[in-house]
Amino acid sequence: MSKSVVIKGGTVINRNSQEVADVKIENDCVTEVGKNLKGDIHLDASGCIVSSGFVDLHAHLREPGKEEAETIETGSRAGALGGYTALVAMPNTDPPQDSVAVIDFVREQGKRAGLVDVVPSGCITLGRQGESLAPMAELANAGVTLFTDDGNGVQDAALMRRALEYAKGLGITLAQHCEVAELTKGAVMNECSCCTDLGLPGWPAIAEELMVFRDIELVRITGASMHFLHLSTMRSVDLVRAAKRDGLAITAEVTPHHLSLTQELLASYNPVFKVNPPLRSIEDIRALKAGLLDGTIDAIATDHAPHPRRDKEMSLDMAPPGMLGLETALGVVLAEGGCEIRDVIALMSWNPAKIARIDAEHGRDVVAGIKANLCVFDPQLTWSVDPERLASKSINTPYVGRTLRGRVRHTIFKGTATVIDGQAQK
Amino acid sequence: MKHLRSIDELGLDGLTGLLQLTDHMAEINQRPVPKVPALRGRTIASLFFEDSTRTRLSFETAAKRLSADTMTFNVSTSSVNKGESLRDTVATITDMGVDAFVVRHKSVGIPWQISQWTSASIINAGDGAHQHPTQALVDCYTIREATHAQNFSGMKIAIVGDIKHSRVARSNIQAFTLLGASVVLVAPPTLLPPDVSHWPVSVSHKLDEIIDKVDVLYMLRLQSERMAQGHVPTLREYSEQYGLTHKRVLALKSDAIVMHPGPMNRGVEMQIDPSDVKNSLIHRQVANGVSVRMAVLFELLGSGSSLGGQA
Repeated sequence: MSKSVVIKGGTVINRNSQEVADVKIENDCVTEVGKNLKGDIHLDASGCIVSSGFVDLHAHLREPGKEEAETIETGSRAGALGGYTALVAMPNTDPPQDSVAVIDFVREQGKRAGLVDVVPSGCITLGRQGESLAPMAELANAGVTLFTDDGNGVQDAALMRRALEYAKGLGITLAQHCEVAELTKGAVMNECSCCTDLGLPGWPAIAEELMVFRDIELVRITGASMHFLHLSTMRSVDLVRAAKRDGLAITAEVTPHHLSLTQELLASYNPVFKVNPPLRSIEDIRALKAGLLDGTIDAIATDHAPHPRRDKEMSLDMAPPGMLGLETALGVVLAEGGCEIRDVIALMSWNPAKIARIDAEHGRDVVAGIKANLCVFDPQLTWSVDPERLASKSINTPYVGRTLRGRVRHTIFKGTATVIDGQAQK
Repeated sequence: MKHLRSIDELGLDGLTGLLQLTDHMAEINQRPVPKVPALRGRTIASLFFEDSTRTRLSFETAAKRLSADTMTFNVSTSSVNKGESLRDTVATITDMGVDAFVVRHKSVGIPWQISQWTSASIINAGDGAHQHPTQALVDCYTIREATHAQNFSGMKIAIVGDIKHSRVARSNIQAFTLLGASVVLVAPPTLLPPDVSHWPVSVSHKLDEIIDKVDVLYMLRLQSERMAQGHVPTLREYSEQYGLTHKRVLALKSDAIVMHPGPMNRGVEMQIDPSDVKNSLIHRQVANGVSVRMAVLFELLGSGSSLGGQA
C-alpha cells in the first residue's frame, strides 16, 4: 500500500463548482475531496488552484530521430513542470509515426519515463508525404485516436477527402496543419509591412485560410470530424466560427505564442522567433482571443518544438521553425491570454482531453473516484524564464526577458507527484 | 559608430557625415601615391558567402589605401564546406584578432547575428534582399558629385525593376528619401513587395509615364531566375516594358542622370550601351566605390588619427 497524499487548502475548480478544499489521493485515484483531510504526505496548495492536469494536443517530443533536441523523457519532464499529465506526441519523427511499431515505441518510451501519458498521434499519409494513406485502421486498433501530418498540410484535396471518409468509418479525428504549400515557398515570416522592410519572403494568411476553408467544406460533405491545429489568423477564426454555427464536427486550437507574440519580433533577426505558422499581427491576436472567449477555439496547445542551439544559430531563412512551449504555456496564457482561470482550465485540460479522446482519465472534475491526474498552480506568481534552467533539452524559448504570470507548483500523475514545489521529482 | 549594417541605423547625420568624409578620401585617391597610414595595424576580414566583383575588390582596395591588413575568407576552400557553423567560423577569425568583418551573405540578418558573436565591427556588404548600405552611400555620393547638391530635396528619383528582391533598392529608398528626394518605384506588381504603403515612395507600373519627369533614372538588374519563378512571363516582355531603350533615352530630360549598380544585363534592363547616354554615371559609381568604402572603414576603425601624410 503506497502512502496517501493530501493536497491542502487549494481552490478546487470544476466545471460547475469552485471551493477551497483538500484533495486526498490514495494509490492512483482521488479518494476524497473535503475539509481537514489527513494523509501520509501533505502538499501545501494555499493560494493555489487545483484542477485536472493539463493535456497538450501538440507536442514535438523528437524521439525517435532527433534526440539531440529532445527525448520523450526530457519532453515529459518539461510537460510535468508545465502542469501537464498527458501529451499528444506529434508524428513528424524519424521514422514517422505511420506504423504500429513506431507508435508502440513512442508509447513505451513514455511509460518508461513515467512522467505523463504520452499519447502518440498517427500520420494521415505514409511518411507524411501526402501521397497515399497511412494504415489508419491498424493504427486505430493500436489505440491511436488523432491523426495528422503536422509540419505539412495534406495538399491533395482528393486524398484529404478520402482520408476524412476513411476516418469517419474508424471513429477517429483528423487534425490538419493548414498551409497551402505553393503559397509559402521559402517563407520566413508573416507577409506584412515588416517582411517588406526586411526583404524576407512572406507567409500570407491566405495560405492558412484557403486550407481551413477547403477542409471545412470537406467535413461538410463527408460528415467526418476534424481538428484544426495552431490557427493563427483572423479569418481562420471567422471560418471556424461559421462552420461551428452550421453544426459541423470541428474543433480548433491556438498556441500560447500566437496569443502573445507578434511578427515585429522578427526584426531582431533572431531565429528563435521563427515558427510555422508564423507570428502574426496584433489584429490577429485580438481575433484569436475573441475566439477563445466565444468558444470558437476549443483548446490551447503548445506546438512545443525543441531545436538544438546550433540549428537556431543559423540564418533566418535556414533555421528550422518552432519554439519551446510546455514549461511556459500556463504563465503566458494567464499573463496574456485574457481569459478567466476557469476558461484556461477548460482550454488546457477539459476540452483537449475530449478532443484526444482520453477523457476517461484526463480532464475530469476533481472528485472522489477519478484517476489522480492533477495540476496545482499559483495563478498570481510572476516569474521570468531562464532558458538554461528549463527541463527541455533545448533552449529555444522566445520568452526570455518577458514576465510570465502563473506557475505550476505541484503536478500529480496517476497518483504520484511528478512535480513538488516547482521541482521535478524524477 | 560601431557597425554599418543598414541605412536606417546610420541615420541622416551618419549618412551626411560619411559623404563629407568621402570627399577627403577622393582627394587621397587623386594623389600620385594614393595611400595613407590611417589604419596601420588594423585588420579587416572579408567574409563573402556570395559572389561579388566590385564590392569585394573595392573594400580590399579601400583597406589597402588606408594601410590596413586584410584577410580574405574564401568560402569554397574554407571549413564552412566541412560543416563548420557560421558562429564557429566568426569566433575562429575573431580569435586571430580582427577589427572588422565585411560580410556578404544570401540570408537576411546575418550581419546582426554575427555582431552578437564577435566584438569586431560589422560592415554589411549585402544581406539577402535586405540591405546594401555601402552601395547606397556610393550612389548618393555619385549623385551629389554630379549635381553638386548637398541634399536631394526637389529631386525626383525613379528606381526601376526588381524592387522585391533588391537590397540595393531597400538601402537606396532609405538613403534617397533621408536626403530629401522624392522616390518613385517603377515595376510590375509582381516585382514589388506585397505592401509598400508604409514606405515614403510613390509607385508606377509604367516606365513611359514617368520617364520624362525624373532627374535620376536608377535601373536595377533583373535576374533571369525571376522568369522561372513566374514573376515575369518572358525577359523580352520585361525588357519592352521596363528596359532602357534608345527611344526612352530620348524621352529623358536633357540633364537626367542614368545609374545602375551593376552587373548589367545587357539586352534586358539595359538595351543600350551606357556610353550612349549623355549623363550615365555608371562608371562614376564604380570609381567612387573605393573612396566611399575608405570613408566607412576610417569612420569605424580610425582612432582620430590624421588622414594626412604618406604611408
